[in-house]
Amino acid sequence: MSNSALIKSSIAKKYWMAITGLFLCTFLVGHLLGNLQLILNTGEEGRRAFNEYAYFMGHNIFIKVLSYVTYASIIFHAVDGIMLTIQNKKARPVNYVYTKPSANSSLPSRWMAVLGSLILVFIVTHMANFWWKMKISEEIPLHTYKLKIDEHLGQSPNIDYYYTHVPSVNPIPKDTAQIEEKGTELFLKSSNLKLAEGYRDLHTVVMDFFNPDVNNLALLYLLIYAGSMAVLGFHLWHGFASGFQSLGLNHPKYNQLIKRIGQGFAVIVPLLFALIPILIFIK
Amino acid sequence: MASKSINITLKIWRQKNKDAKGQMETYTLNNVSTDSSFLEMLDQLNEQLINERKEPVAFDHDCREGICGMCSLYINGRAHGPDRGITTCQLHMRLFNDGDTIYVEPWRSAAFPIVKDLVVDRSSFDRIQQAGGFISVNTSGRTMDANAIPVPKVNADKAFQAAACIGCGACVASCKNGSAMLFVGAKVSQYALLPQGRVEAKERVLNMVRQMDEEGFGNCTNTGACEVECPKGISIENIARMNREFLKASITSEK
Ligand code: HEM
Ligand code: SF4
Ligand code: FES
Repeated sequence: MSNSALIKSSIAKKYWMAITGLFLCTFLVGHLLGNLQLILNTGEEGRRAFNEYAYFMGHNIFIKVLSYVTYASIIFHAVDGIMLTIQNKKARPVNYVYTKPSANSSLPSRWMAVLGSLILVFIVTHMANFWWKMKISEEIPLHTYKLKIDEHLGQSPNIDYYYTHVPSVNPIPKDTAQIEEKGTELFLKSSNLKLAEGYRDLHTVVMDFFNPDVNNLALLYLLIYAGSMAVLGFHLWHGFASGFQSLGLNHPKYNQLIKRIGQGFAVIVPLLFALIPILIFIK
Repeated sequence: MASKSINITLKIWRQKNKDAKGQMETYTLNNVSTDSSFLEMLDQLNEQLINERKEPVAFDHDCREGICGMCSLYINGRAHGPDRGITTCQLHMRLFNDGDTIYVEPWRSAAFPIVKDLVVDRSSFDRIQQAGGFISVNTSGRTMDANAIPVPKVNADKAFQAAACIGCGACVASCKNGSAMLFVGAKVSQYALLPQGRVEAKERVLNMVRQMDEEGFGNCTNTGACEVECPKGISIENIARMNREFLKASITSEK
């Protein structure tokens, strides 16, 4: 009984909802810190730093495990949330003719499923635009190879980077006889020694996506992005503190604090997310 | 406050029996004293209907002083009507104005089937209570005096507040999910907080929650509507306590 109770009972479903939801809140913080690099560093430096970061996120084993936990959480949270909502509808088969829910509850708390579903639509389009191109179709061009030049080529030790797609800043001529590109990797021709892996230029893809000079639909994309962040904000306005209550973490000493932190989180995090494409758009 | 008379229009849910299809009916009622309670107003309507040789409106009531939990009614979009901390029997007509239209509907919940008109069957609450809302006392004739067991004052107060729940079902009625978490949370808490209740605490919470789910109540989204509409001011703190009790019990219970 204890086992099935931990999966099937109404309270257990809410536990899972809260655990996945609050985990996704921590994911949002991590994601935001990464995105902020798009506006914190500028120019070639910024591009390199961001692509390097994106490479790290895709290859570090710890991050990889975390990313699978994140995918699973999103799927579980969405499926569980929709199942709960369907059950909840069934619990009131006939609706009131006249009802005034605004008298006793907040709007976001009553619209969680709709807000969540909109977030899901956003996540799918967001992943199609960036994640898919980065990880699955691999259509994002290479930008940088990072290698210790002095070690293998005996050149100036203060230069770390070999740019394949920006000839003007190429420290080493691309046609260096000693170097050979194979797929996304860079080899020393003579010994077939792997020198480095290529970093994809996600930075340019993102910058172009929200750049009205490059993308005719940039404004539309910006509005959809910012709108989705507003939806996320409303979801979290109720969700953050709600998650604590679901886990049984209710104490008169801390309730007000948790509520305030949740509301602050719900405003600041989506706002910072939305600020990034706005700044890219207006440059 | 000087008493006055108002004329009102009532839109009331009428349904012959459990299986019949119901509908809203409109009635005009004149000369309603603002000193009368909402239920007295309905009595007045029923007298009028009986005089017109029509079927009177069936509605639940008993004590008419806010302690038994029998009265119900979803009035103008809110459980127990437009005031806080009261039952429908404590709702007064002075809150309404001359010419008002008042909607009166039964509690809406899959677990509260309509018996007739505004009367719903709340025996699902009884079955939840029977699943664990008690302590087993062996009456050997030498029962220990309850006051001999020390109880922290805070716990005693909180248990007492939880025990104030009258089982009216307003929490279910006002919850958008038709969830009974406030009721069950109160019933679990009133025992969980006291030493006598700890003995059977694990089975109690598991059994009561299982029964709650079987009855077809919805899940809690923490909207907090229940605690706003509860006539006894039961706090959702009790729901959180039940969630803690439930987690502890599911992990550690023998069964
Ligand atoms: C990054 C994205 C998301 C975050 C950070 C997030 C966070 C949360 C949190 C913290 C809660 C409160 C949990 C509780 O009350 O115990 C919640 C509830 C909810 N979420 Fe999300 N969520 C996200 C995406 C989604 C998605 C994609 C859906 C898809 C349908 C969704 C549907 C829901 C629903 C329906 C609830 C209310 C469940 C209930 O209490 O009845 N959420 N969310
Ligand atoms: S918790 Fe409040 S609203 Fe719910 S049954 Fe008890 S007294 Fe009524
Ligand atoms: S009739 Fe008893 S509480 Fe209203």
